[in-house]
Amino acid sequence: MSFIPHTENEIREMLDAIGVDSIERLFDEIPAELRIDDLHGVPEALSEMEISRIMHARAQRDGQYLNFIGAGAYEHHIPAAVWEITTRGEFYTAYTPYQAEASQGTLQLLYEYQSMMASLTGMDVSNASLYDGASALAEACLMAVRSHRKSKSRRILMPASVHPLYRKVAEAICTTQNIRFELLPYDERTGATRLDALKAFEGEDITAIVIPQPNFFGVLEDVNAMTDWARANDALAIAVVNPTALAVLRAPGEWGGQGVDIVCGEGQPLGVPLSSGGPYFGFMCCRQEHVRQMPGRIIGRTVDLEGKVGYALTLQAREQHIRRSKATSNICTNQGLMVTAATIYMSLLGPEGLANTASVSHGQTRKLVEALTKIDGVSRRFEGAFFHESVLMLDRPVQPVIDALLEKGIVGGYAIGNDYPELGNALLVCATETRTDADIAHYAAALNDVLRSAA
Amino acid sequence: MLIFEHSRAGRRAIAQGPAQPASLDDIPAELRRTSKPLLPEVSELQAVRHYTRLSQKNFSIDTHFYPLGSCTMKYNPRACNTLAMLPEFLGRHPLAPESTGQGFLACMYELQEILKAVTGMKGGVSLTPMAGAQGELAGVLMIRAYHHARGDFERNEIIVPDAAHGTNPATATMCGMVAREIPTNKDGDVDIEALKQAVGPKTAGIMLTNPSTLGVFERRIREISKIVHEAGGLLYYDGANLNAILGKVRPGDMGFDVIHMNLHKTFSTPHGGGGPGSGAIGVSERLAPFMPTPIVGKEGDTYRWLTEKDLPQSIGRLSAWMGNAGVLLRAYVYARMLGREGMKRVGEFATLNANYLMVELKKAGFELAFPNRRASHEFIVTLKKEAKELGLTAMDLAKRLLDYGFHAPTTYFPLLVPECLLIEPTETESKEAIDSFVEAMYAIRKEAEADIEKVKGAPYTLPVRRLDDVRAARQLDLKWTEVAAD
Repeated sequence: MSFIPHTENEIREMLDAIGVDSIERLFDEIPAELRIDDLHGVPEALSEMEISRIMHARAQRDGQYLNFIGAGAYEHHIPAAVWEITTRGEFYTAYTPYQAEASQGTLQLLYEYQSMMASLTGMDVSNASLYDGASALAEACLMAVRSHRKSKSRRILMPASVHPLYRKVAEAICTTQNIRFELLPYDERTGATRLDALKAFEGEDITAIVIPQPNFFGVLEDVNAMTDWARANDALAIAVVNPTALAVLRAPGEWGGQGVDIVCGEGQPLGVPLSSGGPYFGFMCCRQEHVRQMPGRIIGRTVDLEGKVGYALTLQAREQHIRRSKATSNICTNQGLMVTAATIYMSLLGPEGLANTASVSHGQTRKLVEALTKIDGVSRRFEGAFFHESVLMLDRPVQPVIDALLEKGIVGGYAIGNDYPELGNALLVCATETRTDADIAHYAAALNDVLRSAA
Repeated sequence: MLIFEHSRAGRRAIAQGPAQPASLDDIPAELRRTSKPLLPEVSELQAVRHYTRLSQKNFSIDTHFYPLGSCTMKYNPRACNTLAMLPEFLGRHPLAPESTGQGFLACMYELQEILKAVTGMKGGVSLTPMAGAQGELAGVLMIRAYHHARGDFERNEIIVPDAAHGTNPATATMCGMVAREIPTNKDGDVDIEALKQAVGPKTAGIMLTNPSTLGVFERRIREISKIVHEAGGLLYYDGANLNAILGKVRPGDMGFDVIHMNLHKTFSTPHGGGGPGSGAIGVSERLAPFMPTPIVGKEGDTYRWLTEKDLPQSIGRLSAWMGNAGVLLRAYVYARMLGREGMKRVGEFATLNANYLMVELKKAGFELAFPNRRASHEFIVTLKKEAKELGLTAMDLAKRLLDYGFHAPTTYFPLLVPECLLIEPTETESKEAIDSFVEAMYAIRKEAEADIEKVKGAPYTLPVRRLDDVRAARQLDLKWTEVAAD
């Protein structure tokens, strides 16, 4: 099936019009020795019914579990209307809105998105999305280097409590720009970044500091002190935040005395399903003074020649299709459809709905931690206040426990000892508003069974 | 009207989100939010109606012929969406154990194998880049890593033809390289003499699109490949135009070392108003050790992620997880529905439609940029003459086409053809659709001959008339605020 509408007659008419006797002739500029006859290795075509059967069987094989992992991707309830509207053909099959007059739907929606994100983060401006949270952090680091012209060091302070995969992505993308990341240790007791470790960098040329909120352990950082440190030491402050949490946590624009410079993060919690890791979207907001260094598309409100309000891509002089080798980034296609979903999600929840989602996620995680730490051999690792995740210590290796829970239909958490060997038998767990009291009780009973039966 | 203007304090879409808040008393006050974010307070119906109406202000493939050159706006089969959105696929956490994702990973593994076969890239495929530009980034980082692994640190130039996509030179810069442009000759091929002079001990590689953005096949590709390889450089293939040659010729056979594919073009995943895309990459054997992770591996009947531990020389990770998984599922379903025969037909009919449309436009009096060449899956019309004689620019014609119910072709790209329209009909359009597009083009030129001001005023029938882009950039208005409400 190739979704090709041509009839035999039409093919003949078209070939006649062109003046060739066969379609094959249309490829006569390709050197003969390069031509292939067949695509060996590609299977035969399937009908929609046949592929449907395969996909349903594979989906069923993967099954559905009661999930307690967060670690950068969060299971929230997504209102039915979000994806019903997002997958309307007019959004789903539209191109990038370069022809503004024929794209006012997408453009206005993106303007609304920018307004929502700027307010949620407390910043002046937002772009229209980047690929995902990790690559958004990498872009934020590149942007800080461009924006902070006085700083020559290209040294960026990176807390060890930032998501380990985000740090890897930042390394991979920034490595060619001679950016050096200096790792800031976390406090053994609280799980938050050690503020005393910043002393070593005072008086030095530091381009920027990354400030996670909450951090990878779910712990809340002293973001006010870290932001003020950045200001006092002439470094830019880059916040990497969870957008759901921002409904109840202080906006990065208000951290410390003057707020941060750049905010980025993973937008997935705002109406995007987990789906094995993508597609998600990265968000980025900044102060007005940095807007010309921001990567990615930005939508502006303007008027048409009759004075009627309309929306268009703007500040395109930053972008690759205009500036080519001098662009702020090579990004072109972003994650527009995911932003469509996020905008509808935020509209349906509103300020109160999103705040309730955040606080109930926090409340359910408190209950989860309480229930699990009642079990012999399970304890809380860090004392610091948390948002909707927490690190628990088990009295034995984590992996067999995770495997045993899986047998009971539970994805019990993420073994972060792989990323932080010093934490040993540590398990990162998460609950959102989708985990009920009964789910939590079920998990606690299952974990108790697993630990007792193997003891 | 903006969604915010439907907002009334205290209104809620009550079924959404928990009805009651939970206590935050264990979170220090200085870390808590003090202001209410500016999110709309609307009912579910208001939100649904607002966004449904916004959607109706868009052109899309589902509603309009969309001959946007270099973008491959072909039909996106609905089954791809439905089957990628099965609840088990949507609900799976990226860090859930591999045993809970064997069905999903089987699809990913098979997609890797299909893409290897389609492109002839024998070293392997990594699905992780999230868009074409990120595929390019991965490719140039691999080229850099390859030279460095050989102890060659001097190669910092990437050669780019002047017709290339803007992402090519931007990518070179982002990878710490210098982009060096070379010209195109009058028939649209790379200027071989200029290439010979550009290569040398500083050449890291060349980035090429073939067929090029000029809509023609680069006939001397083997010679180019030889020149660059002999100079010690590698060849990068920008897969933006892969649709033209699907099943006919493979980048791997042309001598390319690394390619990216825009699965949102050739493999028909939706463009979504600007993404998500997918820029899967394929490599020759010599670049295989440097591929970005993760990649899906198969041992016996079990699939697992290959990570940095398996590929210690990898350029690393480009996304937190494995890229745009849901997009890749859609591409997989599409590839299986097309099958071996169907893929060949894609290349054939994309080329047939483009050549037919090109000939018909020529008959209607339009000037082709490369009249002596075959079209690939796209071609260029230049309005140089119309602009001079009638004042009819590519922009004017593009805007007027919208009134006729056609999305405009790509305008003013490539930059080296004046007043250009890059036109790509794709294989899924019928002869009738193409014929009516030709009629519209012809009618607009007639209009311009009679009354150019009428055409210059277009569009008339869309939600807005021509927009003031200068004002948008000078008087930046990037977000709604309650004060600014009018």
